[in-house]
Amino acid sequence: MRGAMMLCTALTAALVLFLMGYVLVNGLPNISWELLSTKPSYLTERIGILPDILNTVYIVVAALVIVLPLGVGSAIYLTEYAGNKKLVAMIEYAAETLSGIPSVIYGLVGMLLFSNNFGTSLLAGALTLVIMNLPTVMRTVQESLKTVPQSYREGAFGLGAGKWRVIRTVVLPGCVDGVITGCILSIGRILGESAALLFTAGFAHAMNGVIDGLTSPGATLTVALYVYAKEEGEFGIAFAIAAILMVLTLLINLSAAFVGKYFAKRRGV
Amino acid sequence: MHRRFIRDLLERIRNRNSKIYETIIHGIFLLLGFISVGCVLLITVYLIISGMPAIREIGLFQFLFGKEWASTAAEPKYGILPFILTSVYGTAGAILIGVPIGFFSAVYLSKIAGKRVRSVIEAAVNLLAGIPSVVYGLVGMRVLVPAIREIFNVPDGASLFAAIIVLAIMILPNIIKVSVTALDAVPKEYEDASLALGATPTETFFKVSVPAAKSGIAAAVVLGVGRAIGEAMAVMMVAGNVANMPSLFESVRFLTTAVASEMAYSSPGSLQRDALFSIALILFLFIMMINAALNFFLKRDRVN
Repeated sequence: MRGAMMLCTALTAALVLFLMGYVLVNGLPNISWELLSTKPSYLTERIGILPDILNTVYIVVAALVIVLPLGVGSAIYLTEYAGNKKLVAMIEYAAETLSGIPSVIYGLVGMLLFSNNFGTSLLAGALTLVIMNLPTVMRTVQESLKTVPQSYREGAFGLGAGKWRVIRTVVLPGCVDGVITGCILSIGRILGESAALLFTAGFAHAMNGVIDGLTSPGATLTVALYVYAKEEGEFGIAFAIAAILMVLTLLINLSAAFVGKYFAKRRGV
Repeated sequence: MHRRFIRDLLERIRNRNSKIYETIIHGIFLLLGFISVGCVLLITVYLIISGMPAIREIGLFQFLFGKEWASTAAEPKYGILPFILTSVYGTAGAILIGVPIGFFSAVYLSKIAGKRVRSVIEAAVNLLAGIPSVVYGLVGMRVLVPAIREIFNVPDGASLFAAIIVLAIMILPNIIKVSVTALDAVPKEYEDASLALGATPTETFFKVSVPAAKSGIAAAVVLGVGRAIGEAMAVMMVAGNVANMPSLFESVRFLTTAVASEMAYSSPGSLQRDALFSIALILFLFIMMINAALNFFLKRDRVN
C-alpha cells in the first residue's frame, strides 16, 4: 500500500515535470523577438503574436475592471448585509453552480447574450469571462472579509458611524488580500480560457489599439494556440505560445502562493 | 460632471435623512449580492429557450436515442446518443484511471509525506491545475496520439482512449486537492486511537482516516466527473471528432466537442444550430445533476 501511494505521487510529480519540460524544450527555441513583436503577414509568410498578446492584455484588464466591483459588492452583501441564512445559502449555491458550468456553455450563452447584441468582440468575450470569474472573486473576498474581527465593526458602530461608513473605512481595507488573490486567480483562469472565447471574441489576429481592440474580434494567446495547432498545423508557433503560457502559469502560481503567505504573516502579527 | 452630480445628490440625501441614504446603499449591495443568482437564472432561461425548439422539432426520443448524427447530410439526422455515450464512457474512463492515482497520492501527501516533500508536490499539483486545457491538447496531439498509433497499431491515434488519458490527467489536481483537504480534516484523535490499539500506520490511514473523510473524497470524485464531462478544447484536439458510436480506438465526439466543432460554421437560425443549443441544454442538465450531487456530499461533510 505504501509502495502504491509513493508510486502514484511520483507519477503525478513526473507528469508535471514531463509536461513542463516537453513544452519548454519544444517551445523556447521557437520564441524570437520577431515573433513577439510583429503581427502575422501573409505577404512575407511571417507569423507574429503581438496582436494576440495585446488582445490578452485588453481582455484581462477589461474583465477584471468589471468583475472586481461586482465580486467585492456581492461578497460585502453576503458578509455584512444578508441576515437571512436561506438567502445566503441560495446565493452561495448559485455561485457554486456558476463555477461548475463548463466553459463551452459559457461560450454559447455569451454568444447569445453579448455577441449577438454588439458583435463578436473582445468586449463580448470579457463580459462572458466576468460571469465565469464572479464566483472566484466573490469567494476569495468573502473569505478575507471573514477575517476582519467583529470587534472592529462594533467599535466603529459604537463611535456612531453608519453602516456604509463602517464598510468603507473598516471592512473594505480588510479585504485587500482577498481582492489581490481573486485578481491573480482570475488572471490565471482568463489566460487559460479558450472555449468560452472562441464564439464570443472570435479568432482574428488584427492589431488594434485599446478601444478598437475591445470592439473588434480578436484571439487571445490561448485561442491563438488552438488555431495555430488545430487549424493551421503550425506546431512551432503553438509550442512557443504554450511555453509562454506555461511560464505565465508558473508565475501566477508563485505569486498566489507568495501573496497568501505574505498576508497570513501580516495577519498573524 | 456626472459623478459629481451623483455625489452631491447623495450628500444632500445624507444630510436630510441618513436613513434613506443607508437604504439606498443597502439596495445597491442587495442588487450586487444577487448578481450570481441572476446569472444562473439568465443562463438557464437562455439555454432552455434556445434549446427547446430543435428538440421539439426533432422529437425528444429521436434526439436523445438516435444513433446517427449527420447534420450536414442531404437528409439530416440529429441523434445525439453517440455523443452522450462518448461523454459517459470518456468520463468513466478518466475517473477509473485518475481517481486511484489521485486518491493514493492524496493519502500519501496528507498522512505520510514530510513537510518539504508535501509543499513541493502540492506546488506541482497546483501547476497541473493551472495549465490551460489547450496546452494539454497540444501535448496530447504531439505525444499521446502518435504513441497510441504506434503502440496499439491503429491507423489513427486520435481516439476515445487518447481523450480518456488527457482527461484523467486533467482531473488529477482536483481529486488530489479536495481529497487532501478532506483527509487533513480528520481529527488526529481517531488516528491516535487506532495506532494505540496496535494498528499499523497504513491500516490506520485506510481503515480509519479514509472512511472518516469519505464524504470529502466522494466530493472530489464528483468534482472530477464535472470537470471531465465539461472539458472541450483538450478533448477536441485529441479525440478525432467524428460522430461515431464510442469505441476505445475510434475517433469520437463528446457532447462538448459536438457543440464546439459545428458552432463556427452552422448558420444562425438553422435547425443545425438549434440542435447544437439542444446539445448544450442536455450537457447543462448533466452538470446541474452533478452539482446537486456535489452539494449533497459537501453538506454531509459539514454536518458530520
